[in-house]
Amino acid sequence: MSATPAAAQRRRDSLLAFGYLVPALVIFGLFIFWPLVKSVLLSVQGTDIIGNPSGFVGFVNYSRLFTDPEFLQVLGVTFAFTVLTVVPSILIALLIALLLQGRIRAVRFFRTAFALPFAFSVATASVIFGVLYNPASGVLNGLLSYVGVDKVQWLTDPDLAIWSVSAATVWMQLGYNLLVISAGLGALPEDVLEAARLDGASGFRLQRTIVMPLITPQLFFLVVVGTIHALQSFGQIKILTVGGPEGTTTTLVYSIYEQAFANNNSNYGYASAQAMVLLVVVLAITALQFGVLERKVFYR
Amino acid sequence: MRSHRRANLGSYLVLGSLFLVVLFPVYYGLVGSLMGERDTNSFPPALWPKSGAHPENYADALEIIPLGNQYLTSVLQTTAITLGQLVTSALAAYAFVFLNLRWRAFWFAVFLSTMMIPYESIIIPNYLLVSQWGLKDTIAGLALPFLATGFGAFLLRQSFLSFPMELRDAARVDGAGHFRFLFSILLPLSRPSLAALGIYSALSAWNMYFWPLLATEDPRHQTIQIGISQLQTSDGDSPGMVLAGVMLALFPTLLLVIFGQRFIVRGLTAGAVK
Repeated sequence: MSATPAAAQRRRDSLLAFGYLVPALVIFGLFIFWPLVKSVLLSVQGTDIIGNPSGFVGFVNYSRLFTDPEFLQVLGVTFAFTVLTVVPSILIALLIALLLQGRIRAVRFFRTAFALPFAFSVATASVIFGVLYNPASGVLNGLLSYVGVDKVQWLTDPDLAIWSVSAATVWMQLGYNLLVISAGLGALPEDVLEAARLDGASGFRLQRTIVMPLITPQLFFLVVVGTIHALQSFGQIKILTVGGPEGTTTTLVYSIYEQAFANNNSNYGYASAQAMVLLVVVLAITALQFGVLERKVFYR
Repeated sequence: MRSHRRANLGSYLVLGSLFLVVLFPVYYGLVGSLMGERDTNSFPPALWPKSGAHPENYADALEIIPLGNQYLTSVLQTTAITLGQLVTSALAAYAFVFLNLRWRAFWFAVFLSTMMIPYESIIIPNYLLVSQWGLKDTIAGLALPFLATGFGAFLLRQSFLSFPMELRDAARVDGAGHFRFLFSILLPLSRPSLAALGIYSALSAWNMYFWPLLATEDPRHQTIQIGISQLQTSDGDSPGMVLAGVMLALFPTLLLVIFGQRFIVRGLTAGAVK
């Protein structure tokens, strides 16, 4: 009696609506949510030599993480790599974007040209940088030879490799950052800028006191997205240094790959514990984005 | 007046040097792909093809690795992923905006949550699943995990939300059902957003590296991205040929970035601007 025709109709409607979500939900279930559960399960199991889970081992994989000097190095490298890529790629993109705001000839040409790195995949860019960094016949050492500098081992010198990989990564990130910042600058309210100019603000002061606060949402977005992106970096390390020399470029994701897949290691349990560290760090940064920091960002 | 002009000259100088540095890898990729070994292997190496252009580098690259096959694999993978994402996202976004969905907020949160999980943290179970299903070295194995994204549903939902309700009511009065409204009215009118999502999906699918590296073993079934990185390790002595392979892999995305820039900006900044 209580199921009125209207209520039944609503239920039918809702079921129909749910049908539209099903294709996506099936994919999410199979390839995101179930693997997520499976990752957690793997991380508390050991692994036999052919890669099969060998039973519950509790938090052994996790406690191993924080006593394993190799993994502690991985965390340090990941942190360094993140700072070395996120900060410069945003600052350089900001500088270019601001310069392109000025009265520059052929601004369209420059805009497109500077956005070109965005078309490169991690593989295409890394292969090109690999050729440039080649110690024996690479262009970088070639150019340095003109000013009398000896051949530099860009990718095999333990003190230098992280810098070389980071520089290549900054280059890859540049196009994207520039597109985002330029979009922000392009949407600046002209009346505010005009008012500031009438008040005598110009040049550096205009940039610092008016423009910068107005594009903080874009900059903040880039810091968050860039950090997450840097934490996920893999291809450039696999192609340029395979994590070496002496592990100085083994970042978190490369370490996961190394434990699970390189040299038929199949160390899925330990690798999954590392994957959980990645997950927690990325979730924490995302939470930070939605929570604390966003309040400090200037929104109109 | 004078200070204004000087500032401008300074801008040109800074911009010009940045231009040289940023564009150099692009330049060298292109020019290097035409250089013979006499130019690339001398020291210091040539900065332009001094000893003549060697377009045969491209033929070599196609021959030494099965680049033709790999190109086809990349095209099929990219097409499957792009179409899949457009369809699943459009359907989901339609339900979120136009239908009486129960627990709408909950389901939307489920979709958004998929964007927060870094793919690398669940790549091991995905690899085990796809190998277990015997899908290694297949297009299905390359594409299946990426046929839906929370981002796509989110982007199209934003676009659908701004659709004028009067138009929708008018369509309903004319007797258009859900499917007809969706496919013959809503989607054609949402082309810019579909283009933004499509270009974004295509770019990321074409450029994918980690997953195709795991999901394929046989060089004939690998994607072009994996192919060129193998080229580098297998034949490091002929940079000209390696770079020719890079240029071939780069060609489609270069076109997309040059001609589809306004759509790209729209898609990329969807999360940045409130």
